[in-house]
Amino acid sequence: MPAVRMSAVTAAGIAVAVTAVTGCAEKADADAAGSNAVTVISTDSKCEVSKTTFAAGKITISAQNKGSKVTEVYVYTPSDKIVTERENIGPGTKATITAEIKAGSYEIACKPGMKGDGIRQKITVTGKGAVKTDPRLDAAVAAYRKWVQAEADATIPLVKKFAASIEAGDIEAAKAEFAPSRVGWERTEPVAESFGDIDPLTDTRADGLDPGQKWTGWHRLEKSLWQDKKITATDKTLAAQLVTDLEDWQKRVGKAEITATSMANGAKELLDEVATGKVTGEEDRYSHTDLSDFYANVEGAEKAYELLKTVAAENDPALVTELDKQFASIKKLLDTYRKGDGWVSYDTVDKTQQKKLSDAVNSLAEPLSKLAAAVAK
Amino acid sequence: MSEATSRRAVLGWTGAGVVLGAAAAGGAVTVLKGDTGSDTQNAASAGAAVEFHGTHQAGIVTPVQDRLHFASFDITTDDRDELVQLLKDWTAAAERMSKGQAVGEGAVGGLAEAPPDDTGEALGLQPSRLTLTVGFGPGLFDKDGKDRFGLKKYRPEALVDLPKFAGDALDTRRSGGDLCVQACADDPQVAVHAIRNLARIGFGKVAIRWSQLGFGKTSSTTPEAQTPRNLMGFKDGTHNVAGSDKSAQTKHVWVSDSDGPDWLAGGSYLVARRIRMHIETWDRTSLGEQEQIFGRTKGEGAPLGKKHERDTPNFKAMKDDAHVRLAHPDNSGVTILRRGYSFTDGTDGLGRLEAGLFFLAYMRDVRSGFIPLQKRLSATDALNEYIQHVGSAVYAVPPGVVKSGDWWGRALFEAAAAAAAAAAEGK
Repeated sequence: MPAVRMSAVTAAGIAVAVTAVTGCAEKADADAAGSNAVTVISTDSKCEVSKTTFAAGKITISAQNKGSKVTEVYVYTPSDKIVTERENIGPGTKATITAEIKAGSYEIACKPGMKGDGIRQKITVTGKGAVKTDPRLDAAVAAYRKWVQAEADATIPLVKKFAASIEAGDIEAAKAEFAPSRVGWERTEPVAESFGDIDPLTDTRADGLDPGQKWTGWHRLEKSLWQDKKITATDKTLAAQLVTDLEDWQKRVGKAEITATSMANGAKELLDEVATGKVTGEEDRYSHTDLSDFYANVEGAEKAYELLKTVAAENDPALVTELDKQFASIKKLLDTYRKGDGWVSYDTVDKTQQKKLSDAVNSLAEPLSKLAAAVAK
Repeated sequence: MSEATSRRAVLGWTGAGVVLGAAAAGGAVTVLKGDTGSDTQNAASAGAAVEFHGTHQAGIVTPVQDRLHFASFDITTDDRDELVQLLKDWTAAAERMSKGQAVGEGAVGGLAEAPPDDTGEALGLQPSRLTLTVGFGPGLFDKDGKDRFGLKKYRPEALVDLPKFAGDALDTRRSGGDLCVQACADDPQVAVHAIRNLARIGFGKVAIRWSQLGFGKTSSTTPEAQTPRNLMGFKDGTHNVAGSDKSAQTKHVWVSDSDGPDWLAGGSYLVARRIRMHIETWDRTSLGEQEQIFGRTKGEGAPLGKKHERDTPNFKAMKDDAHVRLAHPDNSGVTILRRGYSFTDGTDGLGRLEAGLFFLAYMRDVRSGFIPLQKRLSATDALNEYIQHVGSAVYAVPPGVVKSGDWWGRALFEAAAAAAAAAAEGK
């Protein structure tokens, strides 16, 4: 078994000599007819792959770091979903990675220094059930995933700032930081919700708790700041927990299941969020910062739409014309509620104004619900 | 179901009423003709379809169906072409729903990734005598001083803004509207489905302003049938324009060719008023006083001093302020076709039911119809102590859609388009 042999020789010794010996052995194994094993050699500038065609099923990757920086090795789908990965492969060390892999096209990536897109090699996995995907949609999904990751990455420092103010007992500072800390989350919410276990920890509202569920997250802190008007020791613990939970989200984004259809459905779901929570003022009932969340939901829907637009326009040009119009229209209406670099308090928006906002949501959401079909054809 | 058929036997509308109503509406009806009053006939014709096409819109002289869903819309687009396309899409949907068919490509069986064209709750239900009647409010022609669609000069003179009447307590959010659709059917689910699907088609061009469900018809256009009762317990509509009385309809309901404007010939006007009844205080009123207030007996509906419902009233036997005495065409000089429904919408938060009459009336001219009548009633009607007008709207009701390819309001929009083209040519 390669793993057994590798562990026998893994030593911080003379890298070249060691890897040369085992490298030969690995190469022999990897090249054996019918085997699904591959050697990946990662250097500071190269990512060498010993073979590029595999049969569907279990793949075994022997990853070797022959460079000077700590490296990572990933296997990506064409839309950049992580199939498997290994981080922290030190210089001169090896790691074995296994994965179940279905027929299709993939990329192996080496990331010396553990950042960026990495050095990529295409591989093909043969077998039945290979799904032929439109490369443009793959690119759209990859771009969307990258954007969602960037939103998550940008959220962490903002949430840390919010938590620091709570730790310091500074109510006014925490209040100012509350809504901005939620923007990245609200823009990308359907992706977070696909995990199922993060949203209940970070974003549950008072009436959404299951019996016996402990109330944590943003809205629990919102209540302390705006309704109770004090910061307790419990609040400080909850603020720290919020940071931890969102860091978990940040790490998991790369593995989320995202397809063109799920992007389109996610756009529709963001508008559903607005219709049922923000337009009614329920979402941020203590702080009345609903317009900030509302706008972020719209931005998130628009981002998914923009990435899918070219393909959608081929299948349904009239739909694209209508969506362009409705996105512009709702953003223009929302702009009238800006105040400074934020928004007016939602409790100053009267029923007539709320209806106008709701009508705009309906006008956009109805055609948006047709986007999934327009990219599925 | 059996209860419904026996009621229909009593009402006797199955053959005579439906055919007459439909004939007046100018089209064939897919229902059994002739009334044998038998249960088989009744069961078979329960749920039948009413022809959508005709010289006049259906739902006006059609025998009154059991249920109502009425919706009033604000037009949110400023683009006339978009509005025209909406009216065409609405006409197509209304044609299908009137036949009991699903809208568009249907409620099921389409692409899994797409929301279905039809919402689906009417699948498997009979057409249920569904009629859909559209109306054009003043705001279509002229809104806040703006002529959005180039229609201002086509606003009928008779389409006036209703004046304030004594006792009005109108909620602006329950009043007005640039467009309305009256959906009537025997099955409430069919009426609700119709409005919902039209509202959905309308997203982005129109937005629902207010809507009203009605159960229990009041008034009737089929005098041979039993007169229905309103929520005060009195028969309502004993004396009304009958679906079979074409000469009364020509005189009092339909806009004639010479009334003008041209696009409205064969149409009508609709006044809708949500009239709240103070039913708790009414229920505490003595029988004698109730009968004095109306001017008829409660059980039989006979004019006071007479024996039978349809006996000619002797107004002198009624008090000066009796409702029937004031409202009756012989005294008021006003004849309108009434077609309202009872409503009960939850409670008022004070332990009382929010109930009353959603009054609907069609007439040839609002200025000689509802306005003088309501001026008279609001001033002195004994009934006023027990009612309050809380919602109000007025609409011009265009003529019928004559055949496939025609659409609601075509004559109006084509006249405006032609005028605009002529102006563009510098004439």
